[in-house]
Amino acid sequence: MATAMTEALTAAEPVDLLAKFDPIIQTREQLLAAGVEDPFNLVMEQVLSPTRAICNGRDTILLGTYNYMGMTFDPDVIAAGQAAMQDFGAGTTGSRVLNGTFRDHRDVEAALREFYAMDHAMVFSTGYQANLGIISTLAGKGDYIILDIDSHASIWDGCAMGNAEVVPFKHNDVEALEKRLKRVPEGAGKLVVLEGVYSMMGDVAPLKEMVRISKAHGAMVLVDEAHSMGFIGEHGRGVAEDQGVIDDVDFIIGTFSKSVGTVGGFCVSNHPKFEVMRLVCRPYVFTAALPPSVMASSATSIRKLMHGGNKRAHLWENSRTLHKGLRDLGFELGTETPQSAIIAVIMPDLERGAMMWEALLKEGLYVNLARPPATPAGMTLLRCSLCAEHSAEQVQTILGMFERAGLAIGII
Amino acid sequence: MSPADVDAKIRSLIEPFNKKGIAIEDATTFAGDLEFDSLTVMDFVAEIEDEFDVIISMNQQAEIENWGQLVAAVHKLQDS
Repeated sequence: MATAMTEALTAAEPVDLLAKFDPIIQTREQLLAAGVEDPFNLVMEQVLSPTRAICNGRDTILLGTYNYMGMTFDPDVIAAGQAAMQDFGAGTTGSRVLNGTFRDHRDVEAALREFYAMDHAMVFSTGYQANLGIISTLAGKGDYIILDIDSHASIWDGCAMGNAEVVPFKHNDVEALEKRLKRVPEGAGKLVVLEGVYSMMGDVAPLKEMVRISKAHGAMVLVDEAHSMGFIGEHGRGVAEDQGVIDDVDFIIGTFSKSVGTVGGFCVSNHPKFEVMRLVCRPYVFTAALPPSVMASSATSIRKLMHGGNKRAHLWENSRTLHKGLRDLGFELGTETPQSAIIAVIMPDLERGAMMWEALLKEGLYVNLARPPATPAGMTLLRCSLCAEHSAEQVQTILGMFERAGLAIGII
Repeated sequence: MSPADVDAKIRSLIEPFNKKGIAIEDATTFAGDLEFDSLTVMDFVAEIEDEFDVIISMNQQAEIENWGQLVAAVHKLQDS
């Protein structure tokens, strides 16, 4: 009997579990066969500043790094990290709930409470994990998650990891949200998940209306403010603050890997029972805490962002100048007006998008090439994110590069 | 609404999405036969939800592959 089974097993054809990705391998090979530099394999050999690096051997202006406030090279941020690494070592080797909470993990959570003027703050190892953990833990079996169809992958993955009913609505459509809220069975728990700035097109959500309607229907509201921290709203707390509804938002999710300039994710809340999340949220419990150097750098950066008024003003000036300049050159943009520090340039298709991306790289400019499934409506985008450290001259240089590349590829 | 009425109603809703005019039977699949992508699915589902005043969650959508299953699911939802 045992022999027979062994024979049957060795005779079976192995199924290649990677075969399902063959179409993606083909698309990529076609792109590279056309002679295009690989958009998803760029190496920064040296990073010279928040806005300049040596990429694939070329001196390059960085216009696709989400380093909005340019904190990566801030001397105080670096010094705080160096001191913490010296004093506390290179890593934590443990979960936050066991041996992974050091002085600076507590301090960065205090800095977040100060920054947002909220009662509770919980730090995760990445922004992705913050969404994954908070959403999957909050909404359980029988609850409803109502979310914008253009939500970030981390939000969708948080939905997939939990057991709640998942109900998407059309992007930024207040009426579509309200209809769905009305149809949720009476007594069911409801979590509405929104973003302040949607990172693909750089557009802002109508949070004022959406939060009001959500609360009127008894829903709890979570807003991801990853792309607004530090420069939208009076205190840089994001779109919810800017539109005057931050007090009605139950949970704000954010990240350290954009304006803060380090890595990590967080959730802040005024909910009196929020601290229980530390015990029940699996992506918080079952992973190692961030290194102390990252925590010390982050805490310093967050506190400096509270006083970044001049940098904020310059970032907005850069965004307006680039938006107007690109429009005047004849590019199609994701938004009519500059709404954030992201400006999306819409490409006619993936092939020309990749050619344009490469032409810009050869000019000495790095932008993000974004394509389906990350983008809405199957679009190919060249996504530009501005930095407060881009000089006015750099923005003019960038416009010149776009003009030459756009003419060469035949997009303008 | 009877299953036949539900069928007729959704048949009128799917028309603008059925660009190739494919003949629809119970076994007709949305992803395969009708070549619906995720955006088309979202718009089509929204039309049905608005018409019948129901929610078809993504969890429920995952169980619906063909026309017959959709009609049965909507018939059940509007009764509950």
